[in-house]
Amino acid sequence: MGNLVEIRNLSVSFDGVPVLHSVDLQVAQGEALGLVGESGCGKSVTWLAALGLLPSKATITGSVTLGQTELVNAPRPALENVRGGRIAMIFQDPSSALNPVIQVGRQMTEALKLHRGLRGNAARTEALRLMDLVGIPDAKGRFNLYPHEFSGGQCQRIMIAMALAGEPDLLIADEPTTALDATIQAQILDLLARLREEMRMGLVFISHDLGAVAQVCERVSVMYAGRIVEQGPVAQLFDRPRHPYTRGLFDAIPRLDGPRTLLAPIPGTVPDPYNLPMGCAFSPRCSHAQDFCHKERPELLRQRDGRALACAYPLPEAGAHKTTMEKVTS
Amino acid sequence: MIRFISLRLFRAALTVLAVMTFAFVVLRMSGDPAQVLLGPDVPQNVIDDFRADWGLDKPLWRQYLAYLGAILTGDFGLSMRGGAPALDLVLERVPATLILTIPALFLKLSIGIPAGIYAALHRDSTIDRGVIVLAILGFTVPSFVMGLVLVLIFSIQLGLLPSGGFGTWLHAILPALTISVGGIGLLARFSRSAMIEVMGQPFIRTASAKGVKWRDVVWGHALPNAAVPIVTIVGFMVGSLIAGAVVVETIFSWPGIGRLLIVSVSNRDLAVVQCILLLIAAVMVCSNLIVDLLYGWLDPRLRAQPAH
Ligand SMILES: Nc1ncnc2c1ncn2[C@@H]1O[C@H](COP(=O)(O)OP(=O)(O)OP(=O)(O)O)[C@@H](O)[C@H]1O
Ligand SMILES: [Mg+2]
Repeated sequence: MGNLVEIRNLSVSFDGVPVLHSVDLQVAQGEALGLVGESGCGKSVTWLAALGLLPSKATITGSVTLGQTELVNAPRPALENVRGGRIAMIFQDPSSALNPVIQVGRQMTEALKLHRGLRGNAARTEALRLMDLVGIPDAKGRFNLYPHEFSGGQCQRIMIAMALAGEPDLLIADEPTTALDATIQAQILDLLARLREEMRMGLVFISHDLGAVAQVCERVSVMYAGRIVEQGPVAQLFDRPRHPYTRGLFDAIPRLDGPRTLLAPIPGTVPDPYNLPMGCAFSPRCSHAQDFCHKERPELLRQRDGRALACAYPLPEAGAHKTTMEKVTS
Repeated sequence: MIRFISLRLFRAALTVLAVMTFAFVVLRMSGDPAQVLLGPDVPQNVIDDFRADWGLDKPLWRQYLAYLGAILTGDFGLSMRGGAPALDLVLERVPATLILTIPALFLKLSIGIPAGIYAALHRDSTIDRGVIVLAILGFTVPSFVMGLVLVLIFSIQLGLLPSGGFGTWLHAILPALTISVGGIGLLARFSRSAMIEVMGQPFIRTASAKGVKWRDVVWGHALPNAAVPIVTIVGFMVGSLIAGAVVVETIFSWPGIGRLLIVSVSNRDLAVVQCILLLIAAVMVCSNLIVDLLYGWLDPRLRAQPAH
């Protein structure tokens, strides 16, 4: 199946400081792609840049194509048609992502009017159907309430319903559950997985939560300091991570079953985009790093097993880390 | 809602009462009207008669009760100069003041708010910087300096407009401009920062991400959220429609409330001063009340909560 969105060579800098370095990323029609990495590695910026949602101080180069349409530095009207219509995006903190002075019903119908030309009663009926679909109880009675009258989880459901209003081909969910408590997180994940199935919609799921990624996604890209460092099918990456950073992310997940073992967080902190280390950006924190790693940056290369990897001294190809998949998905 | 309004009304009445009491006490503590009005060389018995006539010989609390009682029946007392009803003297001057302050308010709103919003939407541009500089200049330069500068330019240098007095509408231009400059600056600055703050909120990004046109993001999503701080300032400006021209009326010899206030204070014309202060307090309190009600209308989160 063809690619829905192709990101090529996408770079972003803020006031001259580069934070995203020629990222390549494809999302196939109907695919669910996970995007993981520590805070500040550029997950959000990638997709905000693609949709032209970054502030004007951001400089964007490279290309993002949706079918035949080039999105990078595209004229505003072209972007406005894509946003919400073909690619929708939902965000981390649902309570502040909805306009506090506009009734949720009106925020829904606004999207329906923009992308499907629905007005008046037709828009209202469809908005109610969507609110039902995402599991807002008593949607009819709460249509005219304001966001602060809903819980965080319900706000995220409303955000999702609003994103569905344009019947997008792709939904970017930027840490949709981070601000919610555990039970609500699970419900929202189920909802996203179910809706993707029903609406045959692509999904980019941005998250710190590898378990959630395993549950929802088919393929996963791991980002570090503005670059993709490893990418491949979920099962493959989770079963045998080969980039020491990917491995480090897994080791930092608490086990839900089995004996309580000490977590092994990755030592050190994410480098500051103002002064990235020479060579591989992860080398200062990497226990496998050799001289080469501190001097030269490894390219993201396709491996024999199909994954893409940017590491000069990766972990062995087979066998070593059998338990990771069980651990994450349990 | 009823509870909310009646609570606010009660507070408003309390505020007015406090202003009245304060004015009453301070005026009587700070100088003897008999001395001021009659001059220094008047025999004691004349002064005593004057005091008896105006009830100034009674204890303060009795004077105060009498004053309150009279106000409740709509009697605002008589001017000690000429004996005309104080209320008439005051109301007579209101139109002259409003001729200056209402156009000035209109200028403040129609220049200050758009300039601030424009600057916010074009942050760090040359125009934005220009707006900031002018705004700061506008509200830091005191109005007597601003008035003199305008007179220097438009009356003395260019000879276009009269430098003072009351007559044609040409006479009103310079004082009205002088009054409006500070408010324009203030509003521009507040609108700018309110708008910048709102435009950085996550829900603005949501609206853009949903495909809302830029215009509608600004007008439909951002502005209603920026309205609360802007309305606060505008409410304050409406509240000072009566009191806001004291200095400017003096500079431009404009026969409004402000000049009457200054003359009456220096004469210790108690009833007139009290009447003016009461009017000023009433207008302030009313505009506060309206602003409070507007808050609830503008921001559902503030609705029906008891006032803080
Ligand atoms: N508006 C902005 N102005 C300046 N720098 C920014 C801006 N937005 C993001 N950045 C920088 O870009 C880098 C990538 O940020 P991004 O938000 O994409 O991280 P992220 O991977 O989404 O992290 P998180 O998990 O915390 O959301 C960070 O270094 C951040 O400081
Ligand atoms: Mg992010």
